[in-house]
Amino acid sequence: MSRKRVNRRQFLGSAAAGASAALLPIPAIAQAAPRVVVIGGGFAGTSVARTLKQLNPRIVVTLIEANRTFTACPFSNGVIAGLRDLSAQEFGYVNVSASGITVAITTATAVDPQAKTVTIGGDARLGYDRLVVAPGIDIRWNALPGYTEAAAEQMPHAWKAGEQTALLRRQLEAMEDGGTAIISAPANPFRCPPGPYERASLIAHYLKTKKPKSKLILLDAKDRFSKQSLFLKAWAALYPNLEWVPLSKGGKVTSVDPASKTLVTDFGDHKASVANVIPPQSAGRIAAAAGVADRTGWCPIDPVTFESKLVPNIHVVGDATIAGAMPKSAFSANAQAKVCAAAIVKLLAGQTPSEPRLINTCYSLIAPNYGITVAGVYRPVNGVLADIKGAGGVSPADAPASYRAQEAMFAEGWFKTITGEVFG
Amino acid sequence: MHTMRIVAAVAALTASIGAVPAASPEPPAGAASCSGCHPASVGLQTPIPRLAGRNAAEMVQQMQAFRDGQRDATVMGRIAKGFTDPEIQAIAAWYAEQR
Repeated sequence: MSRKRVNRRQFLGSAAAGASAALLPIPAIAQAAPRVVVIGGGFAGTSVARTLKQLNPRIVVTLIEANRTFTACPFSNGVIAGLRDLSAQEFGYVNVSASGITVAITTATAVDPQAKTVTIGGDARLGYDRLVVAPGIDIRWNALPGYTEAAAEQMPHAWKAGEQTALLRRQLEAMEDGGTAIISAPANPFRCPPGPYERASLIAHYLKTKKPKSKLILLDAKDRFSKQSLFLKAWAALYPNLEWVPLSKGGKVTSVDPASKTLVTDFGDHKASVANVIPPQSAGRIAAAAGVADRTGWCPIDPVTFESKLVPNIHVVGDATIAGAMPKSAFSANAQAKVCAAAIVKLLAGQTPSEPRLINTCYSLIAPNYGITVAGVYRPVNGVLADIKGAGGVSPADAPASYRAQEAMFAEGWFKTITGEVFG
Repeated sequence: MHTMRIVAAVAALTASIGAVPAASPEPPAGAASCSGCHPASVGLQTPIPRLAGRNAAEMVQQMQAFRDGQRDATVMGRIAKGFTDPEIQAIAAWYAEQR
């Protein structure tokens, strides 16, 4: 493999000797089947891979993913609240492989943007014409002092679904009635802006129905959050034992002590029976290794092609991106992936990608049969994905129970569609 | 008001270029996002209907009814407001051709 790479580089090197880089023989490259490598098999990366194959089966698509089973985050708050099995969140790559995509279960450790190679599984290198980086998020360990990988075993984040989700569920099940569960929500930006509030709702629902003497405190590093008025109104009606502590009232957690399950704020210490720390995050670490993450830890992209603004021929989609008005959601990731794939197909053919429109809808459950949404429609404006004014917004404040039930039903429908389309 | 003027201007501009509903081979702007909820594949059982192969004129009419608040909706009213008539027509024409 490494010998092949050297040969290709030698070929390009000698070609470049007689011509400037801009005059490399594009028609010759176009005749060979173009190669796209996708790093990350979540909603973003898998959607890119599948859309590429649908749009142009000639493209050789390799999907690199570290895990054999994907565990979906949307609806995982239902698992934590005991409303759903973790297995309902798990999806494999059998059908992805069957659709003509090479799925490599391994870890990508490095990217060489000059040689256009990805290092996988130790020292093997994979060449690409276009690379898609879709690593989702990584936790910034110790960005919240005391919150290390070891601390996450005591105070789970459950912000990457899987074992962490199961751990938080077990801790809540083991908690005595009368205990205090605490959630700590981070400052922006982070994966799934309404997620902490849906989680608080569903844990409150669990406690109300199974452990009614218990309390839930949501310590928040913000004063404002997604679908805020809808959540606050519902909590006042449904969950008197849920207390939201905003930034201005001392909600910002400044350090944690996992041994005593203590969360420290400037206003005092909170000792928890169960502590769920949703920590500061960044783009998955391969983004920084590839040079596509900026100083914020996230990835600036062109809103038409999702090509990195920092490194050519590398595209970034999903939670890892700085996507303007689009939130870090599975719906956004899937919508971005389809736009990115269409742009890559055109770029590989030497054509100009067309200006996209994108949609996002985030569903949140406040209780079973009680769903709320925020939606948005987006277009590129001055190099950024901007809200189309007059469109989008949240569910009405005064909707009847039937409307909330309908949104809960559509939430399930959305999850079936997106997981069916991406992994089915 | 301002937004309405821009929308009208964009609509007029698009109409003057003559971009009326011959379905394009690639999904027109916005169409790919619909399949976030509306399944593209046959055989996915969800309460959200497939769009492929539906009558284009009916889809245009429904989207306009969503946008103008004539049809009860949850998210579709909010989403439809993000699209102009020519955009809706292009999306509907494309979905009508899909199977």
